[in-house]
Amino acid sequence: MSKVSLETPEAKTGGLPHEVRANDVAPLQVLSPEGEVVNPDYMPELSDDQLKEIMYRMVFTRTWDERAINLGRQGRLGFYAPVSGQEATMVGSEYALNKDDFICPGYRDMPQIVWHGLPLYQAFLYSRGHQHGGQIPEGVNVLMPQIIIGAQILHATGIAMGFKLKNEKRVAITYTGDGGSSEGDFYEGLNFAGAFKLPTIYFVQNNGYAITTPFAKQTAAQSIAHKALAAGIRGVQIDGMDVLAVIAAVREAAEIGRNGGGATLIEGLTYRFKPHSMADDTTKYRTKEEEAEWSERDPLVRFGKFLAKKGLWSDEDTARVKEEAKNAVNEHIKKAEQTEKMTVSGLIDSMFEQTPPHLEEQKADFQ
Amino acid sequence: MAQMNMKEAIRDAMRVELKRDPNVLVFGEDVGKVGGVFRATEGLQGEFGDTRVFDTPLAESAIGGLAVGLGTQGFRPVAEIQFVGFIFEALDQMFVQAARMRYRSGGRYHSPIVFRTPFGGGVKAAELHTDALEGLAIQTPGIKVVIPSNPYDAKGLLISAIRDNDPVFFMEHLNLYHAFRDEVPEGDYTVPIGKAKVVREGKDVTIIAYGLMVHTALKAAEELEKNGVQAEVIDLRTLVPLDIDTIVASIQKTNRAIVVQEAQKSAGAAAEIIAQINEKAILHLEAPVLRCAPPDTVYPFAQIEDAWLPNAARIVKTVNQVLQF
Repeated sequence: MSKVSLETPEAKTGGLPHEVRANDVAPLQVLSPEGEVVNPDYMPELSDDQLKEIMYRMVFTRTWDERAINLGRQGRLGFYAPVSGQEATMVGSEYALNKDDFICPGYRDMPQIVWHGLPLYQAFLYSRGHQHGGQIPEGVNVLMPQIIIGAQILHATGIAMGFKLKNEKRVAITYTGDGGSSEGDFYEGLNFAGAFKLPTIYFVQNNGYAITTPFAKQTAAQSIAHKALAAGIRGVQIDGMDVLAVIAAVREAAEIGRNGGGATLIEGLTYRFKPHSMADDTTKYRTKEEEAEWSERDPLVRFGKFLAKKGLWSDEDTARVKEEAKNAVNEHIKKAEQTEKMTVSGLIDSMFEQTPPHLEEQKADFQ
Repeated sequence: MAQMNMKEAIRDAMRVELKRDPNVLVFGEDVGKVGGVFRATEGLQGEFGDTRVFDTPLAESAIGGLAVGLGTQGFRPVAEIQFVGFIFEALDQMFVQAARMRYRSGGRYHSPIVFRTPFGGGVKAAELHTDALEGLAIQTPGIKVVIPSNPYDAKGLLISAIRDNDPVFFMEHLNLYHAFRDEVPEGDYTVPIGKAKVVREGKDVTIIAYGLMVHTALKAAEELEKNGVQAEVIDLRTLVPLDIDTIVASIQKTNRAIVVQEAQKSAGAAAEIIAQINEKAILHLEAPVLRCAPPDTVYPFAQIEDAWLPNAARIVKTVNQVLQF
C-alpha cells in the first residue's frame, strides 16, 4: 500500500533540519491501464464470480448514470450529480465492505448506498425531492446523501464511535471530494478519529475539481492523503480508476479498523467524465486534452481488459448488462413516479416524534 | 428532600439518566475529570467511567456531529457546548443535521440528543460567553428549546430532554447555577417539556418571562404590589413547544401583558410570543403587549452589562406603560 510517511531524512526541497517533511506519495495501482496486474502483492482475493459481479455493477452504474442524466433533462429527476468515471471508487469501495458496515455518503455517492441496499426507486425519489427517498429500509446501513460538504464526515465519526463503544467489529465509511477536504469538519472528523482511535474510513474521491475549482487552487498540500499525518491516522493514496486498488485499500482499512487499529484516510485519484451537476459547463474549466487523457484511464475499460484476458467478460456481456440496467432504471423510475406524493401535513408530522399543539394547529390549515 | 442549587440539580439529572440508561453518554470539552468549566458534570466520570462521560478534542462542530452519528446508533448523547457563543461553530450540526434528521429520513432516523450550554448575562464574563441566542434556535424547525429558571425544574426538564427522541437545546443560565437552593427530589422525576408555570398569581397584568428573567420579573411584581398592582408572572420553561394556552388563560384574566427577555429586542422569543397572543387573544387585550428587552446592539462588554440587561425597574416601567395605555 502506498502510505504517506514522516520518515524522510533527506528533504528534496530544502528547509530547516527540524521541519517535518513527507515522502513523495505514489498512488497504489494493481492494474495498469492495459489491464495487466502490476502489483500482485496487493491483488485482492476475489473469485471469478466476484470479479464478474464487480464489472456488472460498474457497467450497471455507468448506464444508470447516463439514463439518469436523460431523465433529468426530461424533468423526471431533480437534483442529480453525475458519477461516470468514478465507478471504481464508488463500486469498489462499497464492494470491499461488509453489509453491516455503515456508509455516510456525500451528494454524489448514490451508487454506494444503492449497492449497499437502498432500493433504486428510493434514490430516484430522493432526487425528486420526496421524503420516502431517505426512509432507509431496516437493515440497510446507510444515511441519505449529505448536502452540506463535510457534515457527513462527522456523522461517520460518531457512528464509528458507536461501534467501538458497543464492541462491534464494524466500520463506518464516509465520502467527500477534494473540495470537501478543505472544510473544517473534515479536519475535525479526522482529528476525533485519531484521538479516539475510531474505526472510520475517510474516502476522498479526488476528481480534480470542486465544481470548477482545480485541485491546485484547493490546497498547497502535496496530496490529500498527507492530511492524515496531522490527525495521527493512516493516509493512503490510490489510483481511483483501478477498481482492484480501491478494493485492496478499503479492505485493508476496514480490517485495521475492525481490529482496533483506528482510522484511515484514503485518497482515490479519479475523474468525473461529466459535469459536477446538471448545470455547469465543463468546457469553461477543463481542456479536451485533459478529458481525453482521463478517458484512457476509464475504470470500465481497464477492468474490462483484465477480465477479457481471463475470459471472464466480453462486449456481449457489457451489452447485456446495459440492457438490464436500462430496464431496471425504467422500472424504478416508474415506481418512483407512481409513489404517492408527499403532503404538507406529512411534512409537518416529520418535525417531531409527537407533533406538538402549535404544529397540529398549523397542519389544520393544510388539510 | 435534598437541597440543591441549579448546577447540582442539572448534574443530578445526568446522574439519574446515566444510571438508568446505558445508552446515555455525556461528552464535551473538559467535562470529564474536572467536571466542566462550571463543574456541572463533576464526579460523573468517576462514577460512570470514561466511556460514558468523556472529554473531546476542542471542536464544537465535531461535538455536534459526533452526537448526530451516535444518535443514529441508539445512543442518547448529552453534548455540552462549553459556552453559548461557541454554538456558532456547531450550528450546522445542531440546527441543520440534528434538527433535520427526522425530516430528511422521513422518520427513519432521529436525533435523541441534548445540547447543553451555559448562557446568560450579569456575570461579567468574557465576550461571547453569555449572549442569549435562543432566538436562533426557536426559528429552527425540528429542535426543542428549554430554559429552566430553578433547580427543581432544571432537573425534571433535563431528564425529560434526555428521554426525548428529538433534539433539545437546553440553555442553563450562568447566573442561576449557584443563585439559590431548592428542594429537589432524589432520583427520578420529570417536568414535561412544553408546559409553562404560573409562578405568581395576579389579576392586573401578565409578565411573561423565562430563565433568570423570571426572578427579575418576580422582583418587579413585588415592587408593583407596593402600588397596588397585582402582576401575574409566567415562567415559560420551554420556548419550543411554547405553552400558548397558559399565556392566553392568563391574559383572559389580566387583559394586559408584557414579555421580558434577555436577548436583544427585535425578532426574538418575545416577538413570537406577542404574535401568537395577537392570533389567539387580541379581543382580551386592553393594551398592546410590550417587550422589555435590551436594545438591538451586540452584547456589551462587562462595564455596561448591568445597565443593558432588563432589571426590575425597567420591567415596572414597561408594566406601567401597559397599564396607562
